[in-house]
Amino acid sequence: MLSPVILVPAVLNGLMTGAVYALVALGLTLVYGVLHIINFAHGALLTAAMFAAFFAYMLLGLDPYLAVFLLAPLFFVAGYALQRFVIGPAAHGEDRNFLLVTLGLAIVIENALLYFFRADTRTVNLPYAFDVVEVGAAFIAVPRLVALGAVAAVAVVLWIIMQWTDTGKAIRAVAKEKLGAELCGIDVAHIYAVTFGLGTACVAVAACLLIPTYYVNPTAGEAFVLIAFTIVVLGGMGSIAGALIGGLFVGVVESLSSVFLGQSLGQIGIFVLFIVMLLVRPSGLFGARA
Amino acid sequence: MKTYLPIVVAVALLAAVPLFTSSNVVLNFLVAALLIALAGQGWNLLGGYGGQYSFGHAAFFGTAAYATAILQVRYGVNAWLGFAAGIAAGAFVGAVIGALTFRSGLKGSYFSLVTLAFAEVLRIVASVAPITGAGVGTLIPLDLHARSFQFQSRVPFYFIALGLVALSLIVVRAVENSRFGAYLVAVRENEDAASALGVDAFTVKLCAITLSAAITAAAGCFYAQYFLFIDAGIAYGPWISIDALLAPIVGGAGTVFGPLLGALVIKTLGETTKLIAGDAPGLDLVIYGLLLVGVVGLAPRGIAGLLGATTRRRGRSTAKLEHGNG
Repeated sequence: MLSPVILVPAVLNGLMTGAVYALVALGLTLVYGVLHIINFAHGALLTAAMFAAFFAYMLLGLDPYLAVFLLAPLFFVAGYALQRFVIGPAAHGEDRNFLLVTLGLAIVIENALLYFFRADTRTVNLPYAFDVVEVGAAFIAVPRLVALGAVAAVAVVLWIIMQWTDTGKAIRAVAKEKLGAELCGIDVAHIYAVTFGLGTACVAVAACLLIPTYYVNPTAGEAFVLIAFTIVVLGGMGSIAGALIGGLFVGVVESLSSVFLGQSLGQIGIFVLFIVMLLVRPSGLFGARA
Repeated sequence: MKTYLPIVVAVALLAAVPLFTSSNVVLNFLVAALLIALAGQGWNLLGGYGGQYSFGHAAFFGTAAYATAILQVRYGVNAWLGFAAGIAAGAFVGAVIGALTFRSGLKGSYFSLVTLAFAEVLRIVASVAPITGAGVGTLIPLDLHARSFQFQSRVPFYFIALGLVALSLIVVRAVENSRFGAYLVAVRENEDAASALGVDAFTVKLCAITLSAAITAAAGCFYAQYFLFIDAGIAYGPWISIDALLAPIVGGAGTVFGPLLGALVIKTLGETTKLIAGDAPGLDLVIYGLLLVGVVGLAPRGIAGLLGATTRRRGRSTAKLEHGNG
């Protein structure tokens, strides 16, 4: 066995990578929980947000951690508009169409980015990107610590929105019983769009947390979204707590498997976990319904 | 026999093309369109008729392409035998994926997701496994003889592609006219109701995915013979999964001619874009994506629906009604 000197930092780093995974998964599971549909454009939206964070820094000089406060509302509005004016009307209320429309949007967004920015990989250089703090025997990268804190903050904010606001109550009502909610006077199309907007805002926050230490190119989001799918399936489709716990778990699994197996096999591990989960227990470890 | 007449007419029209032109540009274009039509016909059988939307038909295309290439290069198997073996390999992968997923009761988004994941796993494995040539890919050595399934001119390739497409049209028409086809559509429309009436939904879906995989696999084998080179990105890449579903959706999912119509349209659009915008990476796919959103939104029954052809898909009004109740 490996010594704790290697294992402890691996677990801690895994937890912090997992926090960002959890955030991406949170957006996905939120949309699934309410609309009961998988948003295939999630990864492409993440990529778009990463580009936005990149250019906010390069052109406006906006620090990625401050850009959160600009990009999250912006992407909320974008997500709202996408669902309200494109996805909703185009899907005609049929699940299969929703799949195809979001897939189509993913293709459009990813390739528009490819067309405008080419396949070049871009990174930002921030003075604090390589700062570390010492925790016991482990060195923790500061950006990862910030990410962990930010994800916790987002989770709390989301919980407050869902639990205490009228919109949050309406979202929960629509998720439980759409027709009943509609009969009570809730504007379902509006609530769908708000939910989609919240999911997209999660992705914008994740992008701002990623960009200080990660690169961006037109397919950068894809890697995250497949992991996010795995987390969502693991945590139970539509379960917010499941997404958070599942995200942290997958982060640790990935971190440990790249210590033991190497990078490329670590990636396979995620997929195999994903397929096995789907086949054996599609309702997830925490989910109530498939 | 009357229902087969349109197929005969369409194939005869396409077969006449080489009489008028020997231009490689035209033939290359048509072969590429026929390839997508064939791969799309596979998707159409499972997705259009069966309602199971696969996002990972690359799994069948790629397995077949690799099987036919590897058998020739590494084991010296005759190319025609390799072609048949490739189709069998693709069908086998289809049967395995179908057995696993349908046994677990995965449908809707879950089925789309898991097929996507299978294709991705195969892509990653193919990009590292030594037998596939890993990152370098597999090159089939040039040997321009009919016995090696290689030809000097584009014309024989064109006729082979057309023959395969014709065969796929006949197979799908036969399915449409059969009891099995009726079961398949019943499962698409309402699986629980179909099961209650005694339709064995699992077996029906399993047969559909196997046949679907075999048709798309034929496209994979043809690709390997035509271009003589494959790597993991070509064989298992998302491009073929997307083209295979885009063609039938654009042309009209659940119609015999949907994939062929759609393939001709998307290839024409793709080539026109390249002609106008030059070799701009991504732009043709932006158009494909917009087309997908536009067709689903504005013409859910595809071009075939717009043309008023008799399709058996339910109208939008009933779909809305069910949505309202559901």
